[in-house]
Amino acid sequence: MSKVLKAKKLVNLEKAPTGINGLDEITEGGFPKGRPTLLAGNAGCGKTLLAMEFLIKGITECDEPGVFISFEESAKDLALNVASLGYDLDSIIADGKLRIDQVIVERSEIEEAGEYDLEGLFIRLGYAIDSIGAKRIVLDTLESLFSGFTNQSILRAELRRLFAWLKDRGMTAIITGERGDTTLTRQGLEEYVSDCVILLDHRIEDQISTRRLRVVKYRGSTHGTNEYPFLIDEDGITVMPVTSLNLNHPVSKERISSGVQQLDVMLGGGFYKGSSILVSGTSGTGKTNISGYFADAACRSGDKCLFVAFEESPQQITRNLQSIGINLEPHIKAGLLQFRAVRAASQGLEMHLASLYKVIQKFKPQVVVIDPITTLASSSNVRDSQNMLSRMMDMLKAENITAMMTSLTQGHVNLEQTENSVSSFADTWLLLRDFEVNGERNRLMYVLKSRGTHHSNQVREFIISDNGINLVDVYLGPEGMLTGSARVAAEARAKSTELVRKNAMATSKRELKHKRLAILAQIQSLNAELAVQDIESEKTNANEEERGAHDSADKAAFMVSRGGKLRG
Amino acid sequence: MAKSKEYELRLYVAGKTSRSELALANLKKYCEEYVKDRYSIEVIDLLANPQLAEGDQILAVPTLVRRVPVPIRKIIGDLSNEEKVLVGLDLRERQ
Repeated sequence: MSKVLKAKKLVNLEKAPTGINGLDEITEGGFPKGRPTLLAGNAGCGKTLLAMEFLIKGITECDEPGVFISFEESAKDLALNVASLGYDLDSIIADGKLRIDQVIVERSEIEEAGEYDLEGLFIRLGYAIDSIGAKRIVLDTLESLFSGFTNQSILRAELRRLFAWLKDRGMTAIITGERGDTTLTRQGLEEYVSDCVILLDHRIEDQISTRRLRVVKYRGSTHGTNEYPFLIDEDGITVMPVTSLNLNHPVSKERISSGVQQLDVMLGGGFYKGSSILVSGTSGTGKTNISGYFADAACRSGDKCLFVAFEESPQQITRNLQSIGINLEPHIKAGLLQFRAVRAASQGLEMHLASLYKVIQKFKPQVVVIDPITTLASSSNVRDSQNMLSRMMDMLKAENITAMMTSLTQGHVNLEQTENSVSSFADTWLLLRDFEVNGERNRLMYVLKSRGTHHSNQVREFIISDNGINLVDVYLGPEGMLTGSARVAAEARAKSTELVRKNAMATSKRELKHKRLAILAQIQSLNAELAVQDIESEKTNANEEERGAHDSADKAAFMVSRGGKLRG
Repeated sequence: MAKSKEYELRLYVAGKTSRSELALANLKKYCEEYVKDRYSIEVIDLLANPQLAEGDQILAVPTLVRRVPVPIRKIIGDLSNEEKVLVGLDLRERQ
């Protein structure tokens, strides 16, 4: 019975939403309400900003006034710092919703002479809290106290009392602490704050910095346990809770056109909505053109498309696509197409992911094109990029976004082995390849895989002209597979042979007809001859009979004349 | 009235605890002994006036603040360590 009750209590653990993008997802609702949370991290990893945003969001979204007790920065500096995130502290303070108190701990000024306690700090906190009816409080960073007081045993006892006091007052508190060498915080604050501990981290790899956040513990609540990258920009902090552990994205049977009619036919009706498409090939095989077609088709059908370009500027892409008859300008003007052109090396993978996440949340596209995805891989190590790509796929799939990524394959490696095995994330894989023969280079395309669709197993010649992309059946003849001019020549040759054959056929048909006619004529003349013959023979017969009659008459007459008797 | 004195001292306490009583008694004793008639003591009870804690950056109680002469000095504790109080207030040298 008691177990059941306990379990129920866990579920009902009240939480204070942080209002920070993504953090509430990871903590499944926010920080524990009415309890302290420890925020540990190195210098410059964003502790103060996160804490401040927690207060501001509490005020603006939950109507919970907050107190910021700063042990390091002055109120003025703080206001300046968060102004870069778009918050106007002064006006919030003027509204009586926020109070910033600076507590200065100056070791050099303080002499210790006998027993003391930190009741003065408690009174200050209590006064600040009561003055605005605060529900949230930030202590940034409490560890400064350790530099101000030498009597550690008093200090530690008072800290313990402080946390109990904060809990008693039902304050949702954030206590920040500098990261220690072996412990989470230099002064072991984690010893006192046992409800929720968040660790921030700021790492630099290959000269690119990435901030990460991890929930170390959260008593009485489940939470995401991974390290999540986060981003600090003009919109504040965004944490990326994109690594979904379970693969159960909503799937759609709806199809979406690739923009190239023949390709749709090859795929048995286009791509599945919400699937991911990989277009791979060596350079110059027309990957961007295919993506352009896809983007254009999406916009034409009224979908919103985000075009992430890592190598070319939007202007360049638009111009180049115009040369094959695709005009993206109207889509941009209509707000259906948005470009996001950044250099892959400009930020770390996590940051790319985070900023992409933000753009997607804002723009809500149905279609995303990433051209090319491989530059991301080159900016970091393989495992990281693979990780990132899988998270990106998960994110896109969770949003039911159809994504087309191009992948540049190196000439010397096996074409069917893309870098970072991006292919395993892709539902449909179009392979573009060069085919060099007879002094010319032609493009070929085939569908390497397409999950869940009947798709053509045939190689098509992929022709890019002023009128756009065209997929043509390759010439399969006795000489093997032919493309380009060889195909055209072979086709022409085949055509002329056919013509000759047809002509010959027609001629022989005509001859036969004539022959038949001749034979018929012959038959006719023979018939006529026969008729004549018949008449002749009839005539002869008649003459014969007549002569016979004559003969008998003559005989009779002869007999009579001889006096004889006629014999029967 | 307090301004005319050579030593302006302020003692911050939180309620009438035995510790704050002890601190005040100690302080009075030292002052009488070393700077007689040249000092003024103002006792501030933070429980009654919590807003005053911010001005002198009071964290610990009791805290003794020497406002004059400058620079401001702070001594925390019940002031039972005479040596430290005298050094902290710079009383000895003037003797």
